[in-house]
Amino acid sequence: MNQWNNFNKGFFAENAVFVQVLGMCPTLGTTTSAYNGLGMGLATTFVLLMSNIVVSMVRNVIPDKVRIPSFIVIIASFVTVVELTMQAYLPSLYNELGLFIPLIVVNCIVLGRAEAFASKNTVWSSALDGLGMGLGFTMALFMLGSVREILGAGSWLGLKFIKGDGMLLFVLAPGAFLALAYLIAIMNKINRKNA
Amino acid sequence: MAKTESTFINMFLALFMVTLLSAAILGFVYVYTKGPIEQARAAKQTAALKKVLPPFNNDPVKEMYKKAVDGDTLYFFPARMDSSLVGVAVKTFSPKGFGGMIRLMVGFLPDGTIKDIVVLQHQETPGLGEKMVRSKSNWSVQFQGKNPKTFKLAVKKDGGDVDAITASTISSRAFCDAVERAYKNLMEGGAQ
Repeated sequence: MNQWNNFNKGFFAENAVFVQVLGMCPTLGTTTSAYNGLGMGLATTFVLLMSNIVVSMVRNVIPDKVRIPSFIVIIASFVTVVELTMQAYLPSLYNELGLFIPLIVVNCIVLGRAEAFASKNTVWSSALDGLGMGLGFTMALFMLGSVREILGAGSWLGLKFIKGDGMLLFVLAPGAFLALAYLIAIMNKINRKNA
Repeated sequence: MAKTESTFINMFLALFMVTLLSAAILGFVYVYTKGPIEQARAAKQTAALKKVLPPFNNDPVKEMYKKAVDGDTLYFFPARMDSSLVGVAVKTFSPKGFGGMIRLMVGFLPDGTIKDIVVLQHQETPGLGEKMVRSKSNWSVQFQGKNPKTFKLAVKKDGGDVDAITASTISSRAFCDAVERAYKNLMEGGAQ
C-alpha cells in the first residue's frame, strides 16, 4: 500500500462513518447543523492526527500489555488540549459542541486507528492515515449536518432560505438516523460502482 | 529498536512516563489558556449586561451581590448612571428546562419592568426549545417592556400571559420560572 493510499482510504474505501460505521455518538449527536458537524469533525481530525503521530513514535517503547491504557492517556491529553483551546479562542463553537468534545476520548475511531494502524506503522504513514481518516470523518459529518440543516431548518451554514421552520424531524434525533441511513445507502452505491 | 518486553518494571516505567508527560503538557496548556478562557467568559457576561440594561457608567460587576435561593445562586448587577440607579440585571436560573439547567440574564428597570433578556446557558432541543435564544427566533421579545406586576409570568396554558414556544411548553415554562425567580427575589431584596 503506497502512502497516497494511506491518506485516501479514509474518504471512501474505509470511511469511518459510511463504511466502518464507527464513532456514531458524535456523528448522530452533533450534526444538527453543517457548522457543528464541521467543527466536531475538525476537532476529531486534530486529535486523530496528533494521537496517531505520538502513538507510532512510542510504539516500540510501550510494552504490549499496557499499550491500551497508554494510548487512552495520550488521546485524552490531546482531547483536553483541544477542549481548553476551543474554550479559550472559540467560545461560541464550544458552547454548541460542549459535552461532545470530552467524548472524543471514547470515539472508537481514534483508539481504533491508534491500535489498528499507528501501533504497527511508521510515523509518516500514521500521520497520513490519521489525517485521511479525520478528514473523511469531517466530510461525513459535514454532509450529514448539511442534509439535516437544509431539510430541518431550511438553512445552510446559517444562511436561511425559507421562512419559518423546515421539517423539524431532521433536526431531532430520529432525523439523524434517517439522514445517515440514506447517506450510507448512497455511499454504498458509489463505492460499489467504483469497485 | 526491539519491542520492549512486558515485564513489571517496563510496564511501570512506560505508564509512569506517559502519564507524567501528559500531565506536564496539560499543565502548560491549562496555564496558557486560563487567561483567555476567563476573558471569554467575562466578555460574554459584559455583552449580556450591556444588552439587558439601559446605558450605565458604573461597573455593575464590581457592585454585584449574591443571593442563595432554591439550591443555587442569583447574581444581581446594579447599573447606575451618575450614581442614580437605572436598572438591575439579574443572572438567574431554572433547573426545569427540557434539557436541564437554563441560565438567563434578565435586565429590570427600577420599577420592575423587564428591559431585555439574554440566554446565557441552555441545553434545550435544537429547533424547538432552542428558540428561546434571540439569534434563533424572536420569541423572547414578548417580555420586553412588560412589568411582572401586571404581566403574569406563566404560559397561557397555565393561565399566564406568555405565548409558549410551539411544541416546547416545558422550555417556555422553565424560561418563565427563571424570570419569575429573578423578579421575585429582586423585589424582596428591594432595588438598592
